[in-house]
Amino acid sequence: MTLTLTNIGKTFADGTRAVCPTDLSVAEGEILSLLGPSGCGKTTLLRMIAGLECPDSGGQIRFDDSDVTDLPVERRQVGMVFQSYALFPNMSLRANVGYGLRMQKLPRPEIDARVEEVLALCRLEPYAARAVSALSGGQRQRVALARAIAPRPRVLLLDEPLSALDASLREALRDELAELLRRFNITAIFVTHDQTEALAIADRVAVMQAGRIEQIGAPEVLYRQPASRFVAEFVGDAMALEGSRDGEMLCMAAGRLPLPAAAPGLLPYVRAEDIQICADGPLTARVDSVTFLGTHYRIGLGDLGQQPLYCSHQAAVAPQPGAMVRLSIPKQGIMMLPQSQASAR
Amino acid sequence: MRLTRYLPLGVALLAAAFLIVPAILSILAGITANYFRGLSSGLTLRWIFEVWELYAGSIFLSLWIALCCLVVTLLIGVPAAYWLARNPGRMARWLEEFVSLPLSIPGLALALALIQLYGSHLGFRTSWLFILTGHVLYTLPFMVRSVQAVWAGMDLTTLEESAASLGAGPWQRFRDIALPGALPGILAGALTVVTLSIGEFNLTWMLHTPYLKTLPVGLADAYASMRLEIASAYTLIFFVIIVPLLMAMQWASDRARRLTR
Ligand SMILES: Nc1ncnc2c1ncn2[C@@H]1O[C@H](COP(=O)(O)OP(=O)(O)OP(=O)(O)O)[C@@H](O)[C@H]1O
Ligand SMILES: [Mg+2]
Repeated sequence: MTLTLTNIGKTFADGTRAVCPTDLSVAEGEILSLLGPSGCGKTTLLRMIAGLECPDSGGQIRFDDSDVTDLPVERRQVGMVFQSYALFPNMSLRANVGYGLRMQKLPRPEIDARVEEVLALCRLEPYAARAVSALSGGQRQRVALARAIAPRPRVLLLDEPLSALDASLREALRDELAELLRRFNITAIFVTHDQTEALAIADRVAVMQAGRIEQIGAPEVLYRQPASRFVAEFVGDAMALEGSRDGEMLCMAAGRLPLPAAAPGLLPYVRAEDIQICADGPLTARVDSVTFLGTHYRIGLGDLGQQPLYCSHQAAVAPQPGAMVRLSIPKQGIMMLPQSQASAR
Repeated sequence: MRLTRYLPLGVALLAAAFLIVPAILSILAGITANYFRGLSSGLTLRWIFEVWELYAGSIFLSLWIALCCLVVTLLIGVPAAYWLARNPGRMARWLEEFVSLPLSIPGLALALALIQLYGSHLGFRTSWLFILTGHVLYTLPFMVRSVQAVWAGMDLTTLEESAASLGAGPWQRFRDIALPGALPGILAGALTVVTLSIGEFNLTWMLHTPYLKTLPVGLADAYASMRLEIASAYTLIFFVIIVPLLMAMQWASDRARRLTR
């Protein structure tokens, strides 16, 4: 199913502008992630698509060719996975998964067959007869997913489905969820404030800030060609390079650095993995901190400006704190970005 | 060491005895052939039968009123609590206070207000419905609070939204999600309402007419106008009815509280 939002905004009764009027379309079978900091309106946008929140007048939501803007949630055929899972405590796992099918008044044998099918797909058969209170966090998350998917919704909406899990489990389930969503082959919208989750699961990511979509694109595009400083900082933790400009050169406290373009009005940003420690680099900096992170060292560099820069150093040994090191930043590692969000699409 | 260990126990036992001994004496009096001659006069069930003959009407009236009171408080209280749980906010708090108002007014004053308001409608004033009205006013807050507490503790809104997204309409959500979730609170509230209604004296005493005596009003009447053995036997019957109810109520509200935690 293709989902099309036209001019969808939300102003709450108390005057809070949670979502500015937005256009968005999601293709059949596509997994879109809404990514952004807390309070930027991700949940509100998702709830409007679900029909749990009514958009401001003038907006329109279409599922394929039908206008569903005024359809109540129970008639929209959306699958919803809530942050808290919201499993029905008075029903068994099986009854939870079959609830949507019961609401469709399907014949008993068909309900049973489809419940079994979904349970198998989500690897839940061993627990099928259990009460939901007797399940682990990861199992509950899968039940919530199975329950949402069983009635074959037209679009699946997930609001931070992994955030209630602890960190180690989250990573394992992230890959599992990505794989399940692909297997369902369903149009899905996935809300998260965790950039790795968004990049790992989604076909396209929409980065939101203060009620508007800053940039929307494939994970690689967002990461490599961020449209604004906000996107670069939020996706992949880009850092600003401070210094005065001299044509295509940046004059930093640490030395002179060649920029990819003169680009007046744009500022240079860099990511930690693009700063290299090498003997003949053009910059000199003092090592302030060294943190061993297993795959690499995270090295804090001082004397480069007001904000410290960090460098990921992938080597067997790291320099000592206090040592002076030489750095180089390849031109393709430098992103030239506008200072303010020039709402690029 | 020993003292500090046994002293609290002793005090507790003493306090319990202080409360229980009068009840036991009263019950014993109800099955003693002649209270003034003591237990040596022998035990008998005669007084109990006499109470039954004299006051069976009161007993049945009380049970009937309690049952009706339960039905009415369920029909009003559960939807009211549902509305309060679904629409939290200033208005809901205000309404909740309003529903709870009868709790803070002495039963006597409530009864006087009812009499002032309806006293002139003789048909109503002399019917059992008049007593029922008083009981409903008095017990309704207990039902509303008990049910609402369970709903407040279970994130009803998200559960219902989740059911709605699966295709459940308003009535199905209430039937499948809200109602089953509230059952422990409804049970606790129901037992409270029945127990309170059967035991209510202050208000009922003001509202009753000579032909409409409830169980506790009959008890007062028995102490005032019958021989002590009959009144005591009455107390015994009262205990037999009310104590199991009290115990069930305690159990149910404990359970409801545990489930909502
Ligand atoms: N019912 C409401 N009434 C008024 N304001 C609201 C309401 N719900 C949300 N808001 C406001 O709308 C804004 C967006 O909220 P929303 O829940 O969509 O954010 P979010 O991006 O999902 O954040 P989070 O990551 O913390 O879940 C916030 O400023 C929030 O305070
Ligand atoms: Mg949210």
